[in-house]
Amino acid sequence: MQMGQVILECITAYGADNFMNAIYILWLRQLKRYFRSKSRMVGSLGQPILFLVALGFGFGPIFEKAGAGNYLQFITPGIIAMGILFTAVFTGIEIIWDRQFGFLKETMVAPVSRLQIMIGRTLGGATVATIQGVIVFCLTLFVGFRPVSIAMIPVAIFFMFLIALAFTALGTAIASVLDDMQGFQLIMNFVVMPTFFLSGALFPLQGLPGPIELIANLDPLTYGIDGLRGALSNASHLGLHTDLLVLLSMVTALVIAGSYLFSKMEI
Amino acid sequence: MERPIIEVKNLVRKFDELIAVNDVSFDVKKGEIFAFLGPNGAGKSTTIKILTTLLNPTYGSVRVNGFDVVNNEDDVRHSFGIVFQDPSLDDELTAWENMEFHGVLYGVPKAIRNSKIEELMKFVELWDRKDEIVKNFSGGMKRRLEIARGLLHHPKILFLDEPTLGLDPQTRNHIWSYVENLNKTEGLTIFFSTHYIEEAERIAHRVAVIDHGVIVASGTPEELKARSGVDSLEDAFLKLTGKDIRDENADGSGNFRMHNRVWRR
Repeated sequence: MQMGQVILECITAYGADNFMNAIYILWLRQLKRYFRSKSRMVGSLGQPILFLVALGFGFGPIFEKAGAGNYLQFITPGIIAMGILFTAVFTGIEIIWDRQFGFLKETMVAPVSRLQIMIGRTLGGATVATIQGVIVFCLTLFVGFRPVSIAMIPVAIFFMFLIALAFTALGTAIASVLDDMQGFQLIMNFVVMPTFFLSGALFPLQGLPGPIELIANLDPLTYGIDGLRGALSNASHLGLHTDLLVLLSMVTALVIAGSYLFSKMEI
Repeated sequence: MERPIIEVKNLVRKFDELIAVNDVSFDVKKGEIFAFLGPNGAGKSTTIKILTTLLNPTYGSVRVNGFDVVNNEDDVRHSFGIVFQDPSLDDELTAWENMEFHGVLYGVPKAIRNSKIEELMKFVELWDRKDEIVKNFSGGMKRRLEIARGLLHHPKILFLDEPTLGLDPQTRNHIWSYVENLNKTEGLTIFFSTHYIEEAERIAHRVAVIDHGVIVASGTPEELKARSGVDSLEDAFLKLTGKDIRDENADGSGNFRMHNRVWRR
């Protein structure tokens, strides 16, 4: 073996683009894992579709009688966001599995920074969650949802990605402070579910009681859903620019918080 | 004399009130097979975590391949390969993908990476199963793959933290013959811990015994046996560390947060 040469080439090739390569391989890993676990993929589609069918058709007539228009058109963006929210939080929390199955150690002793690990994982998880959102979107077309404009679909996908980023980062932050999966139910009931139900996914934000409105205004998902609603149904309540601005700052804050907590995590 | 490849001076590591490692000093020479022995909770894993940059020391200096583990983290990380006590492969990926992941993280260029992966996987006799998902591998196969992975970035030191735990005698034998072979042909420094004392007696050039966070003896297996006046290293070990059964988690690793990292900087 020509070891000397091997080492020399290793050193010269190790440079700036290694920063991106490490992020890329972490991202790729998340995608491979997603596409290989078909049962998870299909399983996590069941819930949004059930919500869409049951609520969309169930509350549709009342919603229309109240003069608020087509309920299916109204909740579909909320349902898409729901699919993204659950997948994103879950892929973030997966770090706990990685720690339990030891794989996290392999990444932690590698000569890459924790920031790179965090970025790679978060982008991977967010991509997976976005794909999940797009699949839910396609399924809603069969149920009867009609987007107002084809041209706005890329904007909708961009909003999906922002929602995915925010909640993958949140999942990572949560996973960094939890020791094991025991706390998972707690997170579902006190973080994920309230985030979803108080976001205006299922009901309009106009005329809500004060405290509920306050919570909805602090909920990142509110802006994500409003943005999606703007892009898909042309029915944004807050305005696309506000949505984008607020969502972007919340994504930034969550990614920073996630990175910070992740860097403090012990294995 | 050549500088030791691992230099540990007055290493202390505390977890809150508990002192897991208490003023430990030792050296490992280049090309040596060094066994680090001790009962459960003696401070073994904590020391290995510090040597491999997973934990920071509370006090003392640790140099690996000439680099400081706190200030030159990345240089230290390039210098060693490690096989952890528990499996650390991604079960959902294939054997080859696990190797590739490692190669990319360590910045091994693609052209070299692919040929090196092939060479190493042939070395541990897993090349014909490279495209299988790791989930289907036996414990011994996973261990072999981890050894191959640990060598991919051409480290100077290979850390093996109880690499043969839970494996059958055939596999254990197999793994140690790989390791000895690597030491002889490549001059790779081996640092390992084990509870199978006879393994240390058979292959280690030098041994250190740690107990209650302190090194209680070190030297060649022969020296340790002679000093204790017994025939086997296992008896010497029992003489040195007593016969009490230890609390598994006494070194506290894994349960404590890294407060330290914050205020050391």
